[in-house]
Amino acid sequence: MSQPPFAILNEDGSCPEEFGELLEDEALLRALDTMILNRVLDERFLKLQRQGRLGFYMTSRGEEATTIGSALCLNPDDPIFLSYRELGALLHRGVPLDAILNQYIGNNRDLCRGRQMPVHYCYREFAIPSVSSPVGTQLPHACGFAYAAKLRGTGHVTLAFLGEGTASQGDFHTALNFAGVFHVPAVYVIRNNGYAISTPESVQTAATSLAGRAEGYGLRGWRIDGNDLLAVTNAVGEAVERARGGEGPTLIEALTYRVGAHSTADDPSSYRSDEEAARWQQLDPLARLGRHARWRGICDDERERAVFRGCEERVSALVAECEAWPPPELESLFADVTAEMTPQLSAQREAYLRFVASRETDFEDVP
Amino acid sequence: MAEARQQNMIEALNAALDLQLGREPGAVILGEDVGHFGGVFRVTRGLQQKYGSERVFDTPLAEAGIVGMALGMALGGLRPVVEIQFADFIYPAFDQIVSELAKYRYRSGAQYAPQLVIRTPYGGGIRGGLYHSQSPEAYFAHTPGLRVVIPSDPYQAKGLLLAACACDDPVIFLEPKRLYRASKAEVPDEYYTLPLDRANVVRSGVDATLVAYGAMLAVAREAAMLAEGEGYDVEVIDLVSVAPYDLDCVVRSVEKTGRMLIVHEAPGSCGFGGELMAAVQERAFERLEAPLARVTGHDTPFPYTLEAHYLPSAERVAFELRRLVEY
Repeated sequence: MSQPPFAILNEDGSCPEEFGELLEDEALLRALDTMILNRVLDERFLKLQRQGRLGFYMTSRGEEATTIGSALCLNPDDPIFLSYRELGALLHRGVPLDAILNQYIGNNRDLCRGRQMPVHYCYREFAIPSVSSPVGTQLPHACGFAYAAKLRGTGHVTLAFLGEGTASQGDFHTALNFAGVFHVPAVYVIRNNGYAISTPESVQTAATSLAGRAEGYGLRGWRIDGNDLLAVTNAVGEAVERARGGEGPTLIEALTYRVGAHSTADDPSSYRSDEEAARWQQLDPLARLGRHARWRGICDDERERAVFRGCEERVSALVAECEAWPPPELESLFADVTAEMTPQLSAQREAYLRFVASRETDFEDVP
Repeated sequence: MAEARQQNMIEALNAALDLQLGREPGAVILGEDVGHFGGVFRVTRGLQQKYGSERVFDTPLAEAGIVGMALGMALGGLRPVVEIQFADFIYPAFDQIVSELAKYRYRSGAQYAPQLVIRTPYGGGIRGGLYHSQSPEAYFAHTPGLRVVIPSDPYQAKGLLLAACACDDPVIFLEPKRLYRASKAEVPDEYYTLPLDRANVVRSGVDATLVAYGAMLAVAREAAMLAEGEGYDVEVIDLVSVAPYDLDCVVRSVEKTGRMLIVHEAPGSCGFGGELMAAVQERAFERLEAPLARVTGHDTPFPYTLEAHYLPSAERVAFELRRLVEY
C-alpha cells in the first residue's frame, strides 16, 4: 500500500495551527469564490451543450482545488501550460469570462478565431499558451519555456498540468527527464482523477504512485490530496518557490476525482459505480474549503448563496451577449497558417472564394 | 570586395550558425552530440566553445523531447536551431512537429508564433541503409504551417540557413548529407540571406524542364549534360523549397519546353513529384507536349547493398528524358 497523500484540512473544516497562515483570509475567499464561479460555469455550459448551443464541453467539477490551488501559487505572468480540464486556473488568472465563452462558441470575438474545439484555450495576455488535443505535448514545452526563463533571467516559473493517463505518454517521460537534466524552474502537476475517459488508473500503471516516478528523473515528487486546497497550495507553493530559487523542478501528483463525464461525448455510468462517485462526493473540494472558511469565521451559508447567485446572474447576461456575435469571417479560415500566405494556399483561397461567390444563397448555408 | 573563401557545405553551415549565434542573443542550438563534440557531421564544431554550454548544448537522446523543448524555448522568447542527427530519426518528434509546431500560430490566432529551425541531414548515397538515408520531405510538405527547405551547394546552404533563422515560420531544413563534403564553393564570410521560396533556373534549355532539389540537383545537371551529348537542350531548375514551392518558376519553364521531369530520392508514390506534376498540369495543360514524368526512389525501404539501384542516377534520368523528348 502506498502512503496516504499529504492533506491539511480536517473533516470538520479545521486545520493544524502550523498551516493556519498558509493563505490569508482574502486569498482564501478569492479561491472559494473562484471555485463557485467554476461550478456555476460548468453547470451552465454543460446545459448549453445539451441544448445544442455549444458543440462540446468538458466539466472540471471535483478538481477545482487542484487547478485553483496551483494557479494561486504563481505570479500573474508565470506561464501555465494547460491540459484542458483546468478552467479554474484560468478563472483565478483573471481571464475574462467573455473571452472564455467566446472561445467555447467559436465566434468572431474568439482570440483563436473559432479554430479549435471548446476548452482548447489560449490567452497570451494571461500567459496561457495554446492547448491541443493530443495529450502530453505541452509538457516538453513547459520545460523549454522554463529553460528560456532561466537563460534570459526573467525569473518566470512554468507550471504544467496533466492527467494521470497522460503520464503514460512518451512526452511525459521526455519532459520530466529533460526538466531534471536541465534543472529548469518548472512544476508539473498531475491531476490524478482516476480515469482517462473510461480507462482506470490501474490500466495506466502498475505503480502505486505516479509521484514516485519523480525519483527516476532526479526530481522531487510529492503526492497530495488534490481536493484539499490548502494541501495543494502548500505543495505547489513550495515547489514554485524552490523553482524560482534555482532549486529545480518538482512533480506533484494531486489525487482527485472527475465527478462528471470525461466530455459531453462520454457516459461514465457504464464504467464506474455510483458508490465510488458518492464516496468522492464526501471529499468535494468546494464543500471542504467552504467548511474551512466557516471554521475561520469568514464565510457563512448566506455569503455562499449570494456568491452563487451573483455568479449565475453574471453568467446569464454573458451567455446572451456572447451568443449574439456572428461566426468568424470566412477570410480567417485562410489566415495565420504561416507569417505570409503561401502561393499554394493563396490559389486555394481564390478558388474557394470564386465558388462561394458563384452560389446564389448566403455563405451560412454552406454545409 | 567582400571576403570569401572556398568552403564545403559543412563549413558553410557552421559559418552560418556562428554568425547567427553572434548576431542574435536569443539564438540557441540543441541536439544530440552538438555541444562539445560539434555534431556527428561536425556542423556545430567549436560553437559551444565560443558561445557557451547554455546556448549550444547536448540533450538527452530523445528527438520528441528536443523538438518539444525547443518549441517551448521559442514560446519563451528564444530562437532555437535544433539538430536532428539524421532525418531518419525525426519520426519520434513527428507529433511535436506536425501537431504542435506547425499548428501553433494558426490555433492560437497568431497570439503565439514559435519559430524554430530544425536542421537534419537527409538522403542516400553514403551507404547508410534503411535508417541513415531517408528523404522525408513529403511528410512535412503535406503539413500546413511548415516550410521545407533543401539547399544544394555550400553558398546556398549558408544563405538559406541564415534566412531560415530569420524567418518567422518554423523551417525544416533538410541538408543533403551526400553533399556535405562533396565539393567546395566560394562562400562569402559576411552575413547574407537567400530567398527561402524562390526556385533557380540553373541551366537554361528549350527541349525539356528537369526539376530537382538537394542532392539530386547534381544528378539532374549531369543528366542534362548527357542529354546535351544526344542533342537535347534541357532546362534545369533547382526547386530549393518544397513547401511552399515556386510553381511560377516551373510553369514558366514548362510553357517554354512543353515537357517536365522531376527527380527525387524519396519513394515515388505520394512523393513531392506527384504534387508538382499535378500542379503543373493544372496550370500548363495546354502547353504540354508529353506526359509529365518523374524519376524517384522505388516504393521500397531504402536498401543498403543495392542503393545505387535505388537512387536516381544521371543515366537513368537521361534515359527517361530521352523517352520524354521523343514522345
